[in-house]
Amino acid sequence: MSADRLYAYVGAVLVALALYAFLVHTHVLRRLLAFNVMGGGTFLILVGLAQDGRGPDPVPQALVLTGIVVAVSATALAIILLRRWFATSQTTSLPEDGSS
Amino acid sequence: MSAQSLLPWMLMVPLSWATLMVLLAQQRDAITRVVNVVGALVLVGLSVALYAGVAQEGLAVHALGGWSAPLGIALRADGLAATLVVLTAVVSSACGLYAMTSERAARTNGKSAPRYFWPLFWLLITALNGIWLAGDLFNLYVGLELLGLSAVGLVALGGSEASLSSALRYLMAALLGSLAYLLGVALMYAAYGTLALPELAELITREPMTQLAIALMTVGLCLKTALFPLHGWLPPAHGVALTPVSAMLSALVVKGSFYILFRLWFEVAPDVVTPLAAQGLGILGAGAVLWGGWQALRESSLKMLVAHSTVAQLGYLFIFFPLAVGTGATAAALATQGMLLHVVAHALAKSAMFLASGTLIASVGRGGVADLAGVGRHMPMSLFAFGLAGVSLMGLPPSGGFNAKWLLLQSALASGQWFWLLVLLGGGLLTAGYVFRVFRESFLESPDDAGQFTKTPRAYDLFALTLAAMSVALGLASRAPLRFMTNGLAVMAGVQ
Amino acid sequence: MNTFATGSGWWLPLAVLGSSLVPALVIMLLSEQRQRTRTALNLSAALIKLSLVAYMTWSVARGNSYELRFGMLPGVDFVLRADAMAMLFAGLSAVLWLFTTIYAIGYLEGSPNRSRFFGFFSLCVASTMGIALAGNLVTFLVFYELLTLSTYPLVVHRGTPKALKAGRTYLRYTIGGGAVLLTGVALLSMIAGDVSFADTGALVNLIAQDSALLRVAFWLLIAGLGVKAALVPLHGWLPVAMVAPAPVSALLHAVAVVKAGAFGIVRVVYNVYGVETAQLLGLLFPLAVLASTTIVWGSMRALFQTEIKKRLAYSTVSQVSYIALGIALFGPWGTIGGLAHLLHQGLMKITLFFCAGNYAETLGIHDIDELDGAGRRMPATSVAFTIGAFGMIGVPPLAGFVSKWYLGLGALEAGMPWVLGVLVLSSLLNAAYFLPIVHRLWFRPQAGPWPDERSFGKHETSRWLLMPAVATAVFTVGAGVLANLPYSPLRWAMLVSVRVYTQ
Repeated sequence: MSADRLYAYVGAVLVALALYAFLVHTHVLRRLLAFNVMGGGTFLILVGLAQDGRGPDPVPQALVLTGIVVAVSATALAIILLRRWFATSQTTSLPEDGSS
Repeated sequence: MSAQSLLPWMLMVPLSWATLMVLLAQQRDAITRVVNVVGALVLVGLSVALYAGVAQEGLAVHALGGWSAPLGIALRADGLAATLVVLTAVVSSACGLYAMTSERAARTNGKSAPRYFWPLFWLLITALNGIWLAGDLFNLYVGLELLGLSAVGLVALGGSEASLSSALRYLMAALLGSLAYLLGVALMYAAYGTLALPELAELITREPMTQLAIALMTVGLCLKTALFPLHGWLPPAHGVALTPVSAMLSALVVKGSFYILFRLWFEVAPDVVTPLAAQGLGILGAGAVLWGGWQALRESSLKMLVAHSTVAQLGYLFIFFPLAVGTGATAAALATQGMLLHVVAHALAKSAMFLASGTLIASVGRGGVADLAGVGRHMPMSLFAFGLAGVSLMGLPPSGGFNAKWLLLQSALASGQWFWLLVLLGGGLLTAGYVFRVFRESFLESPDDAGQFTKTPRAYDLFALTLAAMSVALGLASRAPLRFMTNGLAVMAGVQ
Repeated sequence: MNTFATGSGWWLPLAVLGSSLVPALVIMLLSEQRQRTRTALNLSAALIKLSLVAYMTWSVARGNSYELRFGMLPGVDFVLRADAMAMLFAGLSAVLWLFTTIYAIGYLEGSPNRSRFFGFFSLCVASTMGIALAGNLVTFLVFYELLTLSTYPLVVHRGTPKALKAGRTYLRYTIGGGAVLLTGVALLSMIAGDVSFADTGALVNLIAQDSALLRVAFWLLIAGLGVKAALVPLHGWLPVAMVAPAPVSALLHAVAVVKAGAFGIVRVVYNVYGVETAQLLGLLFPLAVLASTTIVWGSMRALFQTEIKKRLAYSTVSQVSYIALGIALFGPWGTIGGLAHLLHQGLMKITLFFCAGNYAETLGIHDIDELDGAGRRMPATSVAFTIGAFGMIGVPPLAGFVSKWYLGLGALEAGMPWVLGVLVLSSLLNAAYFLPIVHRLWFRPQAGPWPDERSFGKHETSRWLLMPAVATAVFTVGAGVLANLPYSPLRWAMLVSVRVYTQ
């Protein structure tokens, strides 16, 4: 197995684990972390699969860079909302999800 | 200017205005107001110019920075994209002007308007135009994320506990949806080495990896389009947001992800998708029509009622899939026309309905459907706008909604799928049920209601009425816009 | 198939629509206090429409026709066309609308929400004109649904819980009926494409391969139209809708709603299927049975009503089905009887409703047993009522007699002599529920004070209310006595009936 393919497989495992975490946790911060891990896994798959057997490819790398920027912005927005939510409601999970 | 050279400006203009609005945040009202009105005018003007250009020259493609695909990023505008750009400009201008009027009204009452509204507003338009004009799957991803984030930001502006929790829930759904989509993009690139839509359409073959990619993207996009039963995030988000925000979310934002889904299924991978999957989407769509309608019928808050109605109306869009995949060329063409017309008609009608509801609530002071008693005498124009929009949503003639339903009915008959006919008719009856429920409450005359209604700015009604009238007028002249929208679509190839 | 089409005068049908559509929008925007402007607008619109329709009728009688056509959606045109059949209904509505407008202005004096009322009132007439002038099924459907929407605010106008409940019933029936009609139109469009109305029908070539689907579509169309035409068992909304103000009842019963349904049945049988095609498909006999059942059932129910307006409502259920019956009788005589009755019933029933409204507004009378001696207090109204009632019973030489006579001839011609029995039975029932009212008006002494009397000086009631009732009563007499003059309802029905049969 090439290193690139290994990255892709690891990425898939990460996505699966993170999806599980995203679904079972109700604490919003944990969900946000799970989302970030899922994003990392996706990026690994993106680069790994694309380069598997074809050598380095600038396009997926550029895509992942963009993706990281997007993920960082999303995380920033989520954290702002989360802090506001915690400040107004004094809970860490959303109403219909029960407590964590 | 040719349509081709206009393309980048469709993104640059709203993006510049978003930046300007950040810079002008501390400035006096009058200045921001003038800048915003100028921005709306420029946006509408450019959009119409693009529409005219595409109508004259056909498909317009612009390679950003001179780099052509696959390395560079291309913007493309066909008739469908140009129509949606104009729709976006028109609807968001009306909503923007409504927001301006309400900011002014709030300020005269000594309340402050929410900060960050205007940057997010323009960012949302940027994202939408980015999606309509994107020429490759990754650009679509960026547009989708930008759209989701600015929409979530706008929902959170309300600042109350309810709006924060709705915004967070919306954010979670949006992020999960985009990641599913991105995973699909990764698989696509691995398989074909390109993400540009025209190249992919030529290379694509029916193999498990591709099908997995399409499935992942479809699930993600359905989550973002709030397809039943993944719709849970939508009613609270659209229901609690500020009125012009609700209008834009329901009219335009959910259509963004649906548009990608349409391009994916019918432009990129028409030979990969299966009738079985299409039937599945259709059944979920039928579920949305019935469940959303039922919820709207039982809902006690007016804006939530309208939000549930969005869930139901989005269901109609998914009934398009079983009518267009694996059926004959005629049925597919009819279904495509019906679906596209529904996208436009619903955008106009639903934004009008949200604006009218917001005005009614502003006048009554409370948001319940039952609080509307007696409002019929005091707010006839708002109620009239609500009713006109309702005509289109119910699919009664003359309206764009009726024409859309007619085309979908014809498609169901032409493909011999009677089941969808029943869903379309049943959905219309449910819609009539909840629209007239509002009227039943409003027309109630109570003896002691004088003075309990607040006067609202008259301009409110103007914006709602304009949008509603457009959704009705679309019913009398659908042929030309439809011909333009469907021009060059692969799914129409069999009949044109 | 495209854009504006065909010939000069295409703007005439549009002008007829516009003459109530534009006032409708203007009136809705008027403030509540601008009473004079509103009245002037209403009356001038009604007069302009009447002159336009009169001119078109005259011209159509000379063999002209006017058409406006443009592409509405792929495969479907929006068509307005003034042919002889269209002018039959447009003429009726234009005449009666003028009187109803005058009546409504008097009736609603001083009550709230008048801008809304008259706005939707005009919109309602615009829809009726659209129904009359529609040149294909889809255009017909457009205005048919618009009529539902524009009458709802009128039905619930008073805003009482009872009115709103009636409005709900009204909507349940009409929106449901609309959905069935839509299914029928869609199905027919799939079989035959965009079906334009033609004198002798448009479907004769399709009988061979599609007869089963054509039958299904026919009954879907009839069921959808039957709701508004109040065919039993789809008539439930009509008596409930009696809570509406009297001019609205007149509108529902004589000018617009039930007539739209009946006229739709006329269009479907004659101009979509063609009466000969319908006969070949065996559709006319069941329709005749359905209409006869409705005629008898409506009359029986009317007998047991104690409220004036309720009795009149069931009478409408019965009388409107004479139209459907005439259509179902294959042969020119039946056609003439049915079409003439479309006009005659309008004249007679509107007279009766105007009078019922006058009793309610002037004396506060709503129930039949309160009418004792009202003839002396309100002689002109009571004469008008008596004429309307005798017309309904079919006493010669009034309008109702003329329709019944031709229906009888039609029954014999179509080989359905049992229909004569239905006509006789129905006339006996008509007499049984109208004569006691007439008897109370003229031959019973007044029993105690009137429930809620208003004084109008030396007049028996407001002139705005009296004039329309007397005028339509005069028309009822004229339509019978002068039935042989050109442009009488009977002569126009004859003109149409020679066009719908091929030999």
